[in-house]
Amino acid sequence: MSHRLSGQPLHTDRHELHGITVVLDTVSDATYVGRFDSQDERGVHLLDVGVFDPTTGTREAYLRRSVQFGIRIDRPAITLDPSEVARVTPLGQIEL
Amino acid sequence: MPYNAALVAPMREEMVRMGAQELTTVPEVDAALGDQKGSMLVFINSVCGCAAGNARPALRLALQHSVKPQQVVTVFAGQDLEATSRARQYFADYQPSSPSIAMLRDGEVVHFVHRHMIEGRSPQLVAGELTKAFDKYYGVAV
Repeated sequence: MSHRLSGQPLHTDRHELHGITVVLDTVSDATYVGRFDSQDERGVHLLDVGVFDPTTGTREAYLRRSVQFGIRIDRPAITLDPSEVARVTPLGQIEL
Repeated sequence: MPYNAALVAPMREEMVRMGAQELTTVPEVDAALGDQKGSMLVFINSVCGCAAGNARPALRLALQHSVKPQQVVTVFAGQDLEATSRARQYFADYQPSSPSIAMLRDGEVVHFVHRHMIEGRSPQLVAGELTKAFDKYYGVAV
């Protein structure tokens, strides 16, 4: 029965942000937007990642564009050392 | 690599049961989206339970609203690869994500619901946003 599947996350053993598109800001002022996969001893793993390029405009404009038109994927995956991570915010909760 | 067909069959059936027409080939996509007239919703289906598991029930709820698209079609990302790729060409201004929803009127995208607008939200909440969009873009002007 398909109703058994709907609304039931398939990955119940994962990090609470698993599968959620997040904005990850680093302590060195870099910004990434991607799908949170997991966090382990190697760091925070994001998939399908857009990388904010400050030479193209402001962070706010980049995020606004990402919200409206989706995330242009610059890198298939990245891993960031936990010490580099300043904050992680679901893209859907970003106020612009 | 596509998932086992048996795994995704219930997800396909769920869409068909709510009245969506499945598009599994490029010719089927072109027949539906080429020279599209009136209102149409394109649902990009997905296996991922984190978002698609909420998106399908959300759409089912939204389609019970008095104002809704004249036609609902669906392609399955990660399964029907060529059909999905072709469908996305019809809304190429929008980056691919799945699940996602494109609302069209006369071939133009009037509203787009990305995956990040679905993730972590209840079907009821997503359905509420969809029905607002139905009213706004598909409602009769008075």
